[in-house]
Amino acid sequence: MIIAVASGKGGTGKTTVATTLAQTLAKTRFSVAFLDCDVEAPNAQIFIKANLDQRKNVEMLIPQVDTDLCSSGGECAEACQFNAIVVLGKQTLVFPELCHGCGSCALVCPDNAITEVPRTLGILEGGLSPEGINFGHGILNVGEPMAVPVITQLKKWHDYQDTDVVIVDSSPGASCPVVESLRGADFVLLVTEPTPFGLHDLRQAYGLTQELDIPAGLIINRDGIGNADVDAYCEQVGLPVLLRIPLERVIGEGIAQGKSLLDIHPEYEAIFRTLYEQIMPLAAKEAVR
Amino acid sequence: MKLAISSNDGKFNSPFSARFARCETFIFVDTKTDAWEARTNPAAAARGGAGAQVVQFLASEGVEATISGRYGPTAMTALTAAGIKAFIAESGTPSELLHKLMGDELEQVTSATGESLHQ
Repeated sequence: MIIAVASGKGGTGKTTVATTLAQTLAKTRFSVAFLDCDVEAPNAQIFIKANLDQRKNVEMLIPQVDTDLCSSGGECAEACQFNAIVVLGKQTLVFPELCHGCGSCALVCPDNAITEVPRTLGILEGGLSPEGINFGHGILNVGEPMAVPVITQLKKWHDYQDTDVVIVDSSPGASCPVVESLRGADFVLLVTEPTPFGLHDLRQAYGLTQELDIPAGLIINRDGIGNADVDAYCEQVGLPVLLRIPLERVIGEGIAQGKSLLDIHPEYEAIFRTLYEQIMPLAAKEAVR
Repeated sequence: MKLAISSNDGKFNSPFSARFARCETFIFVDTKTDAWEARTNPAAAARGGAGAQVVQFLASEGVEATISGRYGPTAMTALTAAGIKAFIAESGTPSELLHKLMGDELEQVTSATGESLHQ
């Protein structure tokens, strides 16, 4: 079963929830994998502490034009949906940052003047955590706009067919990288805080899960602050609230010191086991028991 | 010389558009005859790469110089490749800017003057 953790708003506790769930399940007989798909700021490793002994470059194929063969007909520019290749008179110009690597330009070129060459977007790293979590994360190169290919390649880096539970930690927001992270998940665990800000972004994230047709449930983190609007919203749209984690100074201090929730409050192991039991009947795919 | 001035509403006597790649329309002017026409910018609503697309459009129309408020990095790379001269202005109507250009009062730029808007 694949459980994706998403939030809309940043800083609601996605990574805390995702890593705690992974660490809890890893203590049972389940085989657990964890994919940190927040490739712009992958920080789950701070809690997971995997031995990162696997590495792979993430590359995308972009066009390279042979000017001797190019007859400047402009078929490539017409085929490109992203204006990443343009023909200006006798010159054909490629904008690598705009290219999505679809290869249409090379397919339609009547002169066979386009060769596809790799461009490095980032790197994947992976390894086992002390509890045996099969961990992987993607790191997008600084200044690189193309996050999605890094996420796509991270998700298919290894075959998780025989893994009982795969936890996917997504980036905040509700745009392309989040869509790519959530795609294929059997359940989306949304994390919010009960404030107007949390609610505003939760609406977007929940809307996305509906758009993708993936069942979802909510964790309200820092419960006790803000107002009751998140609860009212959940009732209105039928989004189940699976867990409330109260605002506690000791949790905030512990996380700030890099401690995991289970280190701070060992009793959360039982709470997260119950959480998984609640997720099972809600998930799209029959979950392991 | 065929000149393109970025514009919002395509009128010769209302303020020009400081945005280049995503302006609504361009005023094309033949500087020999002062004859002008308004043309819709096909790149105005581009999902991405408006800078590349707009220059491709201008180049295919035979434009040799442009006046706008600022140019992003993609647009500037394409303008340079296409050999189109880029001039900047802070404000003015196409009519006024045409006269300033002919009086050599506008600054020509060869590197980007604005941020990339690509997300």
